[in-house]
Amino acid sequence: MSERPLTEHIPTDGSALSLKDYERVGGYAAVRTALGGLQPADVTQCVKDAGLRGRGGAGFPTGVKWALVPMGPEAAKPKYLVVNADEMEPGTFKDRWLLEGNPHQLIEGIILASFAIQAEISYIFLRGEYTVAQERIEHALHEAYEAGYLGENILGSGFNLGTYLHMSIGRYICGEETALLNALEGKRATPRTKPPFPQISGLWGKPTIVNNVETLCNIPHIINKGADWYKSVSKTPNGGTKLYGVSGKVKKPGLWELPLGATVGELMDLAGGMRDGLALRGIIPGGASTDFLGPEHLELQMDFDTVPKAGSRMGTGTMIILDDKTCPVGMIRNLTQFFSQESCGWCTPCRDGLPWLEKTLAAIDEGSGVPDDINHLKRHVKLLGPGMTFCALAPGAMAPLGSALTRFAEDFERHIREKRCPWKN
Amino acid sequence: MLSDALKREIESHIHEPEHRAAACTEALRIVQRERGWIDDESIRDIAEFLTMTPHELDGVATFFNLIHRRPVGRNVIRICSSVSCWVLGYDKLRDALQKKLEIKPGQTTADQRFTLIPNQCLGCCDHGPALMVNGDLHRDVDPDRLDDVLNRYA
Repeated sequence: MSERPLTEHIPTDGSALSLKDYERVGGYAAVRTALGGLQPADVTQCVKDAGLRGRGGAGFPTGVKWALVPMGPEAAKPKYLVVNADEMEPGTFKDRWLLEGNPHQLIEGIILASFAIQAEISYIFLRGEYTVAQERIEHALHEAYEAGYLGENILGSGFNLGTYLHMSIGRYICGEETALLNALEGKRATPRTKPPFPQISGLWGKPTIVNNVETLCNIPHIINKGADWYKSVSKTPNGGTKLYGVSGKVKKPGLWELPLGATVGELMDLAGGMRDGLALRGIIPGGASTDFLGPEHLELQMDFDTVPKAGSRMGTGTMIILDDKTCPVGMIRNLTQFFSQESCGWCTPCRDGLPWLEKTLAAIDEGSGVPDDINHLKRHVKLLGPGMTFCALAPGAMAPLGSALTRFAEDFERHIREKRCPWKN
Repeated sequence: MLSDALKREIESHIHEPEHRAAACTEALRIVQRERGWIDDESIRDIAEFLTMTPHELDGVATFFNLIHRRPVGRNVIRICSSVSCWVLGYDKLRDALQKKLEIKPGQTTADQRFTLIPNQCLGCCDHGPALMVNGDLHRDVDPDRLDDVLNRYA
């Protein structure tokens, strides 16, 4: 059995680990260590050495990100640590486990990250739909303040940190960190121009780090057990474990914490394989905005560097399975409808291009597509691709579409040729 | 007019006094919880309380998915329409709800009991198809047993 530092103490009955139980299994020891004698730069260096890469989907090295924050007495104040708990990538359900099962682990990660960048204020930006997590985080924050882990002069160290829960009112674009900052400021959540990056000019123009929930939950374990241990639990040069998930028509969909670098096939085995009578046709490896993989990729390691070699990304690490009795065109139509609806409307290619694609896909799906539609789709995959839009939303939408046009070309053509969806009666 | 209790609750979300308007999304959420939806008067009330213009606030209110700028029923059903639930039978569940409630997505039943709205991924992809009624998540929803869910809501 491999190590599962992030989830081993989460109760299996669906409840949350209490403060007392968290402390009993070593909770807040890392905060005592850091605030009791480490320098902020020591914490950042340790996270750098551990090779932790951001778990929100982009995989940026966390310690490197923190090291970009201005430090010392001349640095702008206040600095902010913002938790991206706006889990809204379709097919992604991993942060819910950590938020509902062990909110104190997240709070400890917040304290350590805030200490490393010397942030005085932190916000947890949580999905409005995550009502169970909301209750549990509110309760855990209250406990943490009462116990002296948050607030003024934490554990007598002189370090102050206020942590607040912000409930989002729902928009996918808030997962983009600068859009999230606008939402926190009470504005429409459109992305900002980068540079300047939030590390320099973020929330209200102050230095700000935005980290994903799973990323921050790793920090206490890195501080407790060290960078070498952290690297040892991974099968890749990037350290740590990863929360992986499988959804779709498999026998046992679910979530597992495994060494970073587990293979697609291992995940499929844990999911019990396909339901009886179904065959595997496609895999979206890490949330909606990643390219399709296929049955030929079972040996592929799910990690930041290996999945790109197969033409996709690990993304959030939660795979969505396409079976042979489900229409790939319908699936792509559903995904594109999502991205179209969630476009913030700020830049033209995304605002106008995605609805056009959605309509074209609907026409093909409903049997009124024409052969030239395929060329339209292919052209738009380029026109809405990387570098053509203000942020990564539209390029993310093009990842499953572009790969589906290649992988499932015959299915698209068949819809147009037969003027119907072959999967519908 | 916002009641004193509502004002106090909104104030509790102003963490940095110099950034009062930052609490506007929380204020919209809180006022909607009390009034069901955000009408023009609510926009004016909140904007005044947080020193914003009504137009600024309306720009925010109309941007986000979870804020209703139209009246809704006593209970709001948010059916997950994203990819994993779609693979697992979103269409069938949506059609069953439409038939049962005799409304289309975006509409409210004649008795004002339910409003039906498609929602983006609810983040329980291993238990689809899923839906939320008000704040409650329902997983593995069987389209043939909708009463098990709906009967809990008056």
